[in-house]
Amino acid sequence: MPSFHARPLQNPPTDSPRSDLPAGLWVKCKDCEQMVFQNILEEALFVCPHCDYHHPVAARQRIAMLCDKNSFQEHDADLVSVDALNFADDGSYARKIKETMTKTGLRDAVVCGNATLNSLPFALGVMDFRFFGASMGSVVGEKLTRLIEWATAARYPVVIVTASGGARMQEGTLSLMQMAKTSGALMRHDEAGLPFFAILTNPTTGGVTASFASLGDVILAEPKALIGFAGPRVIKQTTNAELPKDFQTSEYLVKHGFIDRITHRHKLRAELAALLTVFSTNR
Amino acid sequence: MAVTLEFEKSIIELEEKVAALHRFSQERDIDLGPGLATLDTKLPEVRRKIFSSLTPWEKVQLARHPQRPHPKDYVDEIFTDYLELCGDRRYGDDRAIVGGFARLSQRHVMVIATQKGRNLKQNMDVNFGYAHPEGYRKALRLMQLADKARVPVITLVDTPGAYPGVGAAERHIGESIAVNLREMFRLAVPILSIITGEGGSGGALGICVGNCVLIMENAYYSVITPEGCAAILWRSADAIPKAAQALKLTGRDLLKLGVVDGIIPEPLGGAHRDPVGAAELLKQAIVRQLDQLCAMSGAQLQQARYDRFRNLGVVGV
Ligand SMILES: [Zn+2]
Repeated sequence: MPSFHARPLQNPPTDSPRSDLPAGLWVKCKDCEQMVFQNILEEALFVCPHCDYHHPVAARQRIAMLCDKNSFQEHDADLVSVDALNFADDGSYARKIKETMTKTGLRDAVVCGNATLNSLPFALGVMDFRFFGASMGSVVGEKLTRLIEWATAARYPVVIVTASGGARMQEGTLSLMQMAKTSGALMRHDEAGLPFFAILTNPTTGGVTASFASLGDVILAEPKALIGFAGPRVIKQTTNAELPKDFQTSEYLVKHGFIDRITHRHKLRAELAALLTVFSTNR
Repeated sequence: MAVTLEFEKSIIELEEKVAALHRFSQERDIDLGPGLATLDTKLPEVRRKIFSSLTPWEKVQLARHPQRPHPKDYVDEIFTDYLELCGDRRYGDDRAIVGGFARLSQRHVMVIATQKGRNLKQNMDVNFGYAHPEGYRKALRLMQLADKARVPVITLVDTPGAYPGVGAAERHIGESIAVNLREMFRLAVPILSIITGEGGSGGALGICVGNCVLIMENAYYSVITPEGCAAILWRSADAIPKAAQALKLTGRDLLKLGVVDGIIPEPLGGAHRDPVGAAELLKQAIVRQLDQLCAMSGAQLQQARYDRFRNLGVVGV
């Protein structure tokens, strides 16, 4: 299990990586651009020890952060995207799916399953931004809907860790329909009196924001995550308006009353466990 | 002022020529013989030919035609006793989405319609058809009221999308749409949704979780505008027609995908050529669907609505 506190750097690197070190041992923080040891960054759950920037997390690593060791059992791992629209008649979408699968080792942009945390059972879906910007197409919608339906039948809480660039454009309106599909499944889960916790990470935008990401009974967000429907660039283009400071960040949304808490990644596991405990106590 | 789209030009020129010949023959009292009669019979044929082979991009242009009837025009034409109900009881009253109780023959209904303007003043009032969170929240409030009154909900939609503005983001437009998507599944009354013009992505879907979703012949429904898609994927405005084609946004394609359940025909040349005729065809479709949906129980309607959306999407293994 990874540690939940960033260790102080023993010898903070100040410059570019030393040439005698093997490649990949040092990484540059995406925000402050300081150099960090890869293993230290990993132990800090990909939070920069210098500036606290929360780097993107792969689905498997996120699962390890939030579940009891070896408790995660994956659901519907076999589902893959297909070029149902024959998009642009050129096979480019099918090719890009294949390439992305090879490059990331993922089958699509969400990994779903059930697990325990402190022995409390829950259903978990984790989006992975490396796969088509974690855009929602039929597979993401179907896997999450199956997960929610499964959790409704099993009477499990649902936890979804979101990250998304929006709808999968290459699947047209079929992508759009996944917003309604997942929301419908959440309605039934809610009718069964079961809790849904949404954990929003950087960035969560478009159709995912306008569906399940905004429907959590409790919504936690990692610090400084971009969260919005239309992105800030589109809004600036459309309105020519000066955008407020921290526009569409976790901090902005908590201030305007749309999310419950900003949770530092090092505290996420503990806070999720606390929520699961509350809902399991009087059952 | 009449606006003529590029592909309408040939047919309109032909119509004008035929009309001129008629005037000429009348004024001079000259019989132009069977030639003119042949032209008269050919006109509808030419019109049919042009309009049956429109490209997706041409359909998008028709859907956005400045003279095209807007949802509120249809409300005025089709329903009686419209009693508008305003506001979301949270923040304000969004004029981009309006609604209220109305009657369709003997039936009480809740009708919810998006609005577009015909001039700058009207467009400022309705924000060019782009709704704010208040519009979606008002729509949900009215739908829940319909649920209480046990009357069917009809949504008529023609919107470029949800508004990408600072205020809309501040009041979390994404949340307002998400809540509608969830709550519309809970309603025990029939919901009939019709895309009459532009079905602009989440902004349209936010009031389109219907038991039955219909689309008018020259309307479109898309996850992104062809312009937006062309800019992102091909970085060129030249690719807009290609994007419109790729997105499968016309009624015929959407019917194949199961995204819509039927296509409502329009008068030849598009709804703007004959708004009253278009309203009549729309009315017939609404009546037909309501007759079917109103025969179902609340539980049947909830289940059918769930199943309808549950089955959408294509996945492989
Ligand atoms: Zn840093």
